[in-house]
Amino acid sequence: MTPAGARSASTASIPVAGTERELRLDLFRGLALWLIFVDHLPPNLFTWMTIRNYGFSDATEIFIFISGYTAAFVYGRAMLDRGFVVATARILKRVWQIYVAHVFLFTIFLAEISYVASSFENPLYTEEMGILDFLKQPDVTIVQALLLKFRPVNMDVLPLYIVLMFFLPPILWLMQRKADLTLALSVALYALTWQFDLALPAYPHGVWYFNPFAWQLLFVFGAWCALGGAKRMSRILSSPVTLWICAAYLLFAFYTTLTWHVPQLNHYMPRIIEKWMYPIDKTNLDTLRFAHFLALAALTVRILPKDWPGLKSPWLRPLILCGQHSLEIFCIGVFLAFAGHFILAEAGGGAGIHFVISLSGIFIMSAAAWMFSWYKSVAGKGGSRSKPANGDADLAGGGA
Amino acid sequence: MKAIGRPILGLMMLVGLTAGASLRAEDAPKNCDVPAYLLTSDSLLGRVASAVKAGGPLDILVVGSRSSTIPGAEGDAYPARLQDALREKLPGVTINVSVELAPRKTAAEMAAGLGQLVEAKKPTLVVWQTGTVDAIRSVDIDDFRGAVDAGVDALQKAGADVVLINMQYSPRTETMISPTSYIDNMRVVAQQHDVPLFDRFAIMHQWNESGEFDLFRAVHGVGLAKRVHDCLGRALSSFVTDTARINPADLRIQR
Repeated sequence: MTPAGARSASTASIPVAGTERELRLDLFRGLALWLIFVDHLPPNLFTWMTIRNYGFSDATEIFIFISGYTAAFVYGRAMLDRGFVVATARILKRVWQIYVAHVFLFTIFLAEISYVASSFENPLYTEEMGILDFLKQPDVTIVQALLLKFRPVNMDVLPLYIVLMFFLPPILWLMQRKADLTLALSVALYALTWQFDLALPAYPHGVWYFNPFAWQLLFVFGAWCALGGAKRMSRILSSPVTLWICAAYLLFAFYTTLTWHVPQLNHYMPRIIEKWMYPIDKTNLDTLRFAHFLALAALTVRILPKDWPGLKSPWLRPLILCGQHSLEIFCIGVFLAFAGHFILAEAGGGAGIHFVISLSGIFIMSAAAWMFSWYKSVAGKGGSRSKPANGDADLAGGGA
Repeated sequence: MKAIGRPILGLMMLVGLTAGASLRAEDAPKNCDVPAYLLTSDSLLGRVASAVKAGGPLDILVVGSRSSTIPGAEGDAYPARLQDALREKLPGVTINVSVELAPRKTAAEMAAGLGQLVEAKKPTLVVWQTGTVDAIRSVDIDDFRGAVDAGVDALQKAGADVVLINMQYSPRTETMISPTSYIDNMRVVAQQHDVPLFDRFAIMHQWNESGEFDLFRAVHGVGLAKRVHDCLGRALSSFVTDTARINPADLRIQR
């Protein structure tokens, strides 16, 4: 979440890059991963710390934006250094990794629900158990899953990410030539999506939960910021007017979310605003959500300067490490969420156990991230690494 | 996940857990406590109010999918419990609750027949429970909203009061069925038509959080289902009298 503002000229422009990682990106991507994990568990005490309870946007926005940012940053440099073809090949390799990760998660999901189907019985939920009907025709379901059309709950982010990354090469190519034009095209596609209801079909019914035609806006916007847009926006971002607008909007969003949780407050929300505002559409990245993310990001870069000493503090280290290995940690997070559901099912769902599961999940994610980093550094030292550029890019492209 | 739980509640639960409150006896009589805000609505059931004032008959038709019944124990499902609770609350008023089940039907499939159903049965109030099948099949959310909208419209045109009921809170299937956007959209339609919405999801969630019921566990008999439906029926009866602004005490004085 660091568009611009505070980011100083040097890191924002591509060529100079590579010297130092933007730790704020890692920090917030790590945070997004933690929040996604917590949000995937059944609601518990921790859920109240996730940002979706305090405004319109949530961790997904952060994740997609930062992914766009880092992908453009890393592969943009590769494209300048090694040319379009090589960069494209590297991006596609990354796409393949994400795809494999998705299929891996789907397998775990299958295992989990097959277990539930055979062990859970409760006449109260006869109807809800109908969801398991698809187990009766694995031939169709599994093929649809491989085609990314059948995506169980909580498994919507990776397919979106796959599609966005797949189209990154042409986006990057154009962006390095006409950055503003690319962003304008992206906005146009977003507008067309809303106008004509563009969507990707899902199996067995409906459409993709995260509509790529709409969500590409965040991704491309992230890329645009990475390739110099952030620098150019810094004047707007540092103006006090922006600050106040953002703060006011965040307050409004906070109040609105408050009315969801404290229905008594609903009386103070004018009906006209309600009618205009609802429903807030997550599938198509509602403008209210996008604006909320922008406001949040603008405030964050202002409050948290790039050289904030806290970024080096050991307390934030786990977050940053998680952010640096986002794909792996994302998968572990989804897996742990499944495992958490499983434990809760077996042990009974007390608030205490809930709390312990959330905490240990976060701990495991951090430990895994630390291990990945350790391995990377050891492997990097040991081998006769002839192509440091590549290795480094992959690390940073962890984001991708 | 709008409208469910609050941080304070979570804290209380944590304290409660350490105090050993989770050792609640399984079959203890349930008091079915529901926070007041979940049982009130700004919308008004005008026809129900006048029917009760006139001493009846108050004919209620419950239209719903499988979760509006208990297989093998229909007499203990929430519609029957609603009838009992209302008769107890409003003695002297003729009250009949009938059920029209449409298993495996989406909102759109149900909405089509609602107008005719009301023409034929002439109920004072239609309680429409929907959303579960749509969430299971992940029906397009705009289509779902349109269908609920059309259904409520048809019911109102046919001259009945309407109460909407959303889906059950089902923690076991949380990783597989995502009800949030369907719940939100039902709320939107309810607001637009000024129709009260009985938030079954939030109420059951509340019971699960407070330890009233453990909805997570596997159970073999229908005992738990019966107790949950009993509580739902009673909560629904309070919701109906409340949104019709009926005060049972007044009623008794009149008679």
